Amino acid sequence: MRDIALTPYADSLGIVIHGEEDGAPVLVCEFSGNMEGRPGHLHGGAISGLLETAGYAMLRHELSKQERSHRLKPINITVQFLSAGKPKPSYAKARITKLGRRNANIAVEAWQDDRSRPIATAIMNILMVPEEDSGETA
Amino acid sequence: MTDPRDPDQRNRFDPSRAAPMLLQYGHTGWLGLKYRAHGDDWAELELPWRDDLLGEADRQVLASGPIISMMDMASGLSIWTTLGRFIAIATLDLRVDYQRPAKDRAAVIGRAECYKVTKSAAFVRGIAHDGDPDDPVAHIAGVFMSIGGDARNA
Repeated sequence: MRDIALTPYADSLGIVIHGEEDGAPVLVCEFSGNMEGRPGHLHGGAISGLLETAGYAMLRHELSKQERSHRLKPINITVQFLSAGKPKPSYAKARITKLGRRNANIAVEAWQDDRSRPIATAIMNILMVPEEDSGETA
Repeated sequence: MTDPRDPDQRNRFDPSRAAPMLLQYGHTGWLGLKYRAHGDDWAELELPWRDDLLGEADRQVLASGPIISMMDMASGLSIWTTLGRFIAIATLDLRVDYQRPAKDRAAVIGRAECYKVTKSAAFVRGIAHDGDPDDPVAHIAGVFMSIGGDARNA
């Protein structure tokens, strides 16, 4: 699980694979000044970046398990911000709600201390283009 | 010019003056977001190209996380600009519909417009583009709420 490659963006924000749960990668991001929005709080954009990274990590993991090879293209993402992120580590884990032939629907949750009180959730729709036909646009 | 929302124009929120200060620190400072322009109910920012913000290791395209960060910040600025003053706000939700990937090594420009303010909520829509506003990279829609302070004035 720890060998799933994350994006250069995720690397520079400090997002890493924390572990595995129910076959899904759990990601973690330590708080740093680079993630701060309102003083003493996580920036919504940084939380969104963590959610989105967890969504892609889950989908890539599942596709590789099924030995499918696709170029992934974002269709959309909706992020719900539920409570203010504090200056402490944030975790995120995704669940594939639907995995079709051409598109996937993914639900992601991010939390800090209390797993039962997520700080943000996201729904993502992702287009999966076969590698030989990556010219298609979302 | 008088404005019924704030008769004292001297104290009116001015994104061209406030943004460089607000964008200097933390996450937005790390991204290098820059103020570009504003109108009565909109604000525009720029996310400069950067190698370490790629969304895929093998393609010269910005990740979408930084675009969300920019649109969130542009949305906040558009709300404060519309209200004419700074209040503490929280993003309730933000939706991004991607139209196409940004051009290789292109900076992305984000314009958000606050089209409705109620007692406690503000509604925002906007686009992100890489040079031509008529050919956006993404459309966004978001809802914000005032936090703390006096909700009657929000």
